[in-house]
Amino acid sequence: MKSWIAFWNILKKDVKNYYLKPPNISWGIIFPLSWTLMQLIRTPGGNILQLLPGLISMSVLFGTTSMLAVTITFERSGRSFDRLLLAPISLSTMVLAKIMGAILFGVFNAFVPVIFAAFFVNLGAVRWAVVLPAVLMIAVTSTLLGLLIAVSAKQVFEAQTFSNFFRFPMLFLCGLFVPLPSVPVFLRPLSYCLPLTYGTDLLNGAITATSSLSPVLCFSMLLAFAAALFMLCRYNINRKWIL
Amino acid sequence: MRGVDIMGIVSVANLKKTYGDFTAVDDISFDIQEGEIFGFLGPNGAGKTSTINMIIGLSRPTAGEITVDGIDVRTQTKKAQALMGIVPDESNLYNEMDGFDNLCFCGALYGMRKEEREAKARHLLEQFRLKDAGKRPFKAYSKGMRRKLTIAAALIHSPRILFLDEPTTGIDVESARQIREMIAGLKNQGTTVFLTTHYIEDAERICDRIAFIAKGRIVASGTVPELMESVSHGHAIQLVTDENAESLAAELQGRFEGSRVEVRPDHSVVIISKQRIPLLPVMEYYNDKGIAVYEARELRPTLEDVFVKLTGIESSMLKKEKEKGGAGR
Repeated sequence: MKSWIAFWNILKKDVKNYYLKPPNISWGIIFPLSWTLMQLIRTPGGNILQLLPGLISMSVLFGTTSMLAVTITFERSGRSFDRLLLAPISLSTMVLAKIMGAILFGVFNAFVPVIFAAFFVNLGAVRWAVVLPAVLMIAVTSTLLGLLIAVSAKQVFEAQTFSNFFRFPMLFLCGLFVPLPSVPVFLRPLSYCLPLTYGTDLLNGAITATSSLSPVLCFSMLLAFAAALFMLCRYNINRKWIL
Repeated sequence: MRGVDIMGIVSVANLKKTYGDFTAVDDISFDIQEGEIFGFLGPNGAGKTSTINMIIGLSRPTAGEITVDGIDVRTQTKKAQALMGIVPDESNLYNEMDGFDNLCFCGALYGMRKEEREAKARHLLEQFRLKDAGKRPFKAYSKGMRRKLTIAAALIHSPRILFLDEPTTGIDVESARQIREMIAGLKNQGTTVFLTTHYIEDAERICDRIAFIAKGRIVASGTVPELMESVSHGHAIQLVTDENAESLAAELQGRFEGSRVEVRPDHSVVIISKQRIPLLPVMEYYNDKGIAVYEARELRPTLEDVFVKLTGIESSMLKKEKEKGGAGR
């Protein structure tokens, strides 16, 4: 019960202090909208449904990684993060509470292009039972990647720079712009090492029925990535922040 | 294994911390008894914060043992942290949140229920004279107010041991005074206080026992009288007279055998002896000579004298650090 009280209040504090601030709400709406408009302008008359998996993935990836890396680095530099390290709650509870806000923010980001698309196309054929868990798993893995970066960064600008080092290559390798079978053979192993590859494939399958991997494999891989990243983040926090 | 009552509520044995080739804390041992105010004094860089960080579980010892109420801090860190209230050397609450919410959030981290933490937060705001500022964001607080709220946040869950790292550094005189009063009040309620400071006067005023740390090593520890005794070479009294009685020095020395007399040009006389010096014969002597004595007092070494003597660190260096730290006197 005590851990739950701490977990809930850390989450509530993050949502109130960071994610519900007007600049972040507007960023969470404007950023996915801009991506959507950019794609529409680039391919006039293009099928919005085909763009949707990519737009959802990008929105989640950028929303989660940016926010978490910045908020944690910010709290670390002001030393308020020490309060969480000194609280009598397990490191796992603390990590879960910190990432939960970013995950929710990522899920919120994901549905901005969906709502936008709903005005232009019929989304009746979309398999929401796959989209929803897929979005959630993309948000979880991306948030944990953001946390992994935050652990290594000392300043906010460092966190942003490190984020871009993996975010942009990831976009080109995960099958968003170039379908997986068309990715050069020597780069393909790298694609399969990225959680976003499996998330995007799930979304492709659920929205446009063009997946190249089995949904079971994709969910299993996303779960495995989430567990591995969680353990790695926990280990790194323990090693780097408790000197 | 020794019982908790013997080893103290905090027990540190052969503690060491190195960062590469640099040794921040070098094989230190001490015990803190329940309900006492224990002062940890030293200049900047002496190893005070490194020691406190290891005890509270924010840093891992290179070697040595730490127990808090019999709990091994290295292996049961979270269990030990539940007993502690921690005030770091920087006021590190959340800038965007108001004072009341900051306190409630800190209470929630220790698993306190909503009604309980809100009632305690209101009480603490009142106790720290911050009631009117309770709804103001932390970033709008003055330095002294920030410090007081940070201490209040450490007390929200009624810890058994309070760790205070430089609590009065860099704050205004009035806030520093209130904090000293608050620390004394905590002792009366049975809370154990571990205080690190480089303000020797603070430690002298409020601590039951003090340890001096320099270059990572404890050079002396004990109560204030014990520490003073350790550097004292006898007793001294100073008399302030109405005229310069330099010519009487030799006669005085002869009259009070085994003592040394120093007659100073500012109309004062200092008599130093291994034994305590009775005042009446001295007063009678001056009375017979027709010299009025306006003041007579026993001269004792200050804790700063003791610190300088034991650590070899000049008081001017400490003063410089104080000036850097700010007011707080």
